[in-house]
Amino acid sequence: MQATSHEFKANAHKALGDRNLQAALGILKRDFPGRRAAAVDRLPEFEQLRDEGRAIKNHTLAHLDLYLEAFEQKVTSLGGQVHWAADAAEARDQILAICRAAGARTVTKGKSMISEEIALNDHLEKNGIEPVETDLGEYIIQLRHETPSHIIGPAIHLVKEQVADTFRDAHTHLDPARPLSEPRQLCDEARALLRPKFLAADVGITGANFLVAETGSSIIVTNEGNGDLTQNLTRVHIVITSIEKMVPTLEDVSTLLRLLARSATGQEFSTYTTVSSGPRRPGDADGPEEYHVVLLDNGRSAMLGTEFQDMLRCIRCGACYNHCPVYGTVGGHAYGWVYGGPMGSVLTPQLVGVEEAGNLPNASTFCGRCESVCPMKIPLPKMMRHWREREFERHLQPPVYRAGLAAWSWLARNPPLYRLATEIGAAVLGWAGRSRGRFRALPLAQGWTNGRDLPAPEGKTFMALWAERQKRAR
Amino acid sequence: MPDSRERILGNLRRSLRRGGDGDAASAAVRARLAEHRANTIPARATELDRDGRIRLFQAMAEEVAATVAHVTSLDDVPDAVADYLARHNLPSDMVVTEDPELAPIPWERRPTLALRPGVATGADLVGVTGAFAAVAETGTLMLVSGPGMATRNNFLPDNHIVVLRADQIVPSYEEGWERLRALKTLTDGKFTMPRTVNFVTGPSRTADIELKIELGAHGPRRLHIVIVDDTPSD
Amino acid sequence: MSDSVAGSPIRVGLFVTCLVDLFRPSVGFAAVKLLEGAGCRVEVPAAQTCCGQPAYNSGDRADTKVIARQVISAFAGFDYIVAPSGSCAGMLRTHYPELFADEPAFLPEVEQFAERVHELVSFLTDVLKMERVAARYDGVATYHDSCSGLRELGVRAQPRQLLRSVAGLTLRELPGADVCCGFGGTFCVKYPDISEKMASDKIADAAATGADTLLAGDLGCLLNMAGKASRQGRNLRVRHVAEVLADMTGELPPIGAAERR
Repeated sequence: MQATSHEFKANAHKALGDRNLQAALGILKRDFPGRRAAAVDRLPEFEQLRDEGRAIKNHTLAHLDLYLEAFEQKVTSLGGQVHWAADAAEARDQILAICRAAGARTVTKGKSMISEEIALNDHLEKNGIEPVETDLGEYIIQLRHETPSHIIGPAIHLVKEQVADTFRDAHTHLDPARPLSEPRQLCDEARALLRPKFLAADVGITGANFLVAETGSSIIVTNEGNGDLTQNLTRVHIVITSIEKMVPTLEDVSTLLRLLARSATGQEFSTYTTVSSGPRRPGDADGPEEYHVVLLDNGRSAMLGTEFQDMLRCIRCGACYNHCPVYGTVGGHAYGWVYGGPMGSVLTPQLVGVEEAGNLPNASTFCGRCESVCPMKIPLPKMMRHWREREFERHLQPPVYRAGLAAWSWLARNPPLYRLATEIGAAVLGWAGRSRGRFRALPLAQGWTNGRDLPAPEGKTFMALWAERQKRAR
Repeated sequence: MPDSRERILGNLRRSLRRGGDGDAASAAVRARLAEHRANTIPARATELDRDGRIRLFQAMAEEVAATVAHVTSLDDVPDAVADYLARHNLPSDMVVTEDPELAPIPWERRPTLALRPGVATGADLVGVTGAFAAVAETGTLMLVSGPGMATRNNFLPDNHIVVLRADQIVPSYEEGWERLRALKTLTDGKFTMPRTVNFVTGPSRTADIELKIELGAHGPRRLHIVIVDDTPSD
Repeated sequence: MSDSVAGSPIRVGLFVTCLVDLFRPSVGFAAVKLLEGAGCRVEVPAAQTCCGQPAYNSGDRADTKVIARQVISAFAGFDYIVAPSGSCAGMLRTHYPELFADEPAFLPEVEQFAERVHELVSFLTDVLKMERVAARYDGVATYHDSCSGLRELGVRAQPRQLLRSVAGLTLRELPGADVCCGFGGTFCVKYPDISEKMASDKIADAAATGADTLLAGDLGCLLNMAGKASRQGRNLRVRHVAEVLADMTGELPPIGAAERR
């Protein structure tokens, strides 16, 4: 998917003026944090599980090569096939080859952010294969030719009226006068439409929330059951996953599953958590005959051993999105690529380059709310700061900004000059603003005063007043 | 591609500076996989007795919109199912898996029930399955695939009725895995997973439109659990 | 408590912060009043300028280190270092050690400095064990939790506890008190429209409580929120919590308001 992250400011500006988006984000901000907080309150062991989850992932990452090999061995022993893809192009080609070999005309898809990352759907379509998104949110945005704006709720940027319009435009065989004002009606319509597509598909492609090395399993977590209908009704099941989804044992993944739903939506457990291991067994009543796991690197191995390694602990719960005040203001599309919010601000520069995506780690106040809700205790603001350090080293920031900062730092390192400059500044601004107490406009300060007043200084600096006080006391 | 495999593993080994301590690392991995030790298990369910577990399972399942009925014998299951169908105005056709757990059920007690053993189709309104276990912690059913037990039977029918023995209710997922390992460890001592293990917590749902929860997205609209307890306390 | 000699007062070095120094020195004097009122001896090292956050958050570790060394050296020898700001105190306490993690020779001195740093209000309650203040404020106030103070230093209950002891003051909880106001240092001028929306949401939440007064412990947040409120023509008095606790609200107008007698 082509990144437009360099246009973040323009994207954000557009987002601020989008009334439907702002209404949708209002719902997200109102509902998600409370749901998560309630679920956390209900589980006294939650903090302990966060620590254990972090330890499980750190251990796995420190031994990732070995766990990947163990996983591959297990999958193969069950009759499945493992494919290794160094980058997006390789993964696309491998998946296309499997689909072609299966004679696939239509392919059903469970929700997979990796498939967005590698732009799989476009590739399949260009090669005459029809991908059908089955997660309701993904289905909606597929009809709209949009990308997901959130890693859990892809269509969360839309209000229900927009979804209704989309369905009316796309489902032309249905009565145009039918009522579509409620989510219930929209849901029923999608269910009826997608059911035959599930049954007619030749290949089912899912992602993986987790991989389990002990048993050679892939795990998907859904509420709809679409992932299950995707992977169970076709002859061929393809799992597309990045390598850091690995977890050692069933017991380890149980700990992570306890953290996932609670962090994502505030549910105790998602409706469907499915553990798939290889193709159908001899004698099984149903199940795919072929099971393929495409293991994608695409920049992950390069993150190990760097200051961005902790980002590999991410279990894609979306809690950081739901609690981020910046995401809550501009929505997911502003970030310009697959991943948004705080985790996207750390991961995107890594995967598409900091020249393209440098705005993302800069558009943060470092409020830290993301880190405080991350089930894996990922230090997100710290890593965003690391990106700013990389930009600083490479002189990627706007020259005016860099010069201003250099001037401030220089003054700060020279207390006597600093005192002089601040006394002058306080006096001038204090005098200029004395009658109103604030400035509606100020030269060189439009960034502030365009939308806010600037309160006027009192007129003297504390340090000067303190010196006076000390003199009087003698 | 052998090429990419070696590239990726090579990158990982380099990034991890895997050099001298290769043996120690391999030993650590082998040990963890072999021991599969449980991490912290929430006390919520583990501190309960049998009756407490049953009650917790029911409470958690009902919280996510499953419905629960109790019978004291498999003999009463046909009545329980017929009641359910009547309550929801459903026809009496149903697809039933060939789960050995269901074999003793005397369906002939309710002759109007029209059973079809086997694999569900997209047109089935009612499906009856057994379960492997059920997790009290979150009201979650654990269903496994196998001969006569199609995974799609858990997803295609509009109404999913699960016949569950009270003794199948375990406190948490970890006990479920223990039971599965015990069952599925072959004569050579190796544990082999079934193709599919489904953890099902309530009927299908989505909140993709304005975060409003709607049931019956693609999977069943309703989930009904009949708990068979032949040693109830009251 | 401190390890000062029994009977001698606790020596506190006041880290004034650049915003208080420049914009609202009265907050510094409120801090001094509170600290001296609790029996501390307050000194203000002259060599202080800035905590280094602007450089740090812009990725300039080198300049940040120079500034940090200057701060550490200027504040040598105090029992405690106190700042009327969660973000500056957070910088000194939690980030200076991270900054010098790659200098094992200097790190112990940094850690020894950092553990003596406190945000003002939490210092009064947690170290000096203050449970109430002798102050009066007639009004309905709501309190915004500055992000660094809240998440880096755990400042949450303490200002509420002391505010509840202020005679005449009714404290109403601010919905979303823990949501960022949009200041974020350089963020507010790098991404002004996003910052303004966040500030706007914050002011709307404050107004919805029916409070006539908005308080916080960080001047950056306060300048941002006051600036937004006055641009919107709202009747909201915005003050630093120290002004209320030190009973100094009669001596100066709220932030952004005109000097009017």
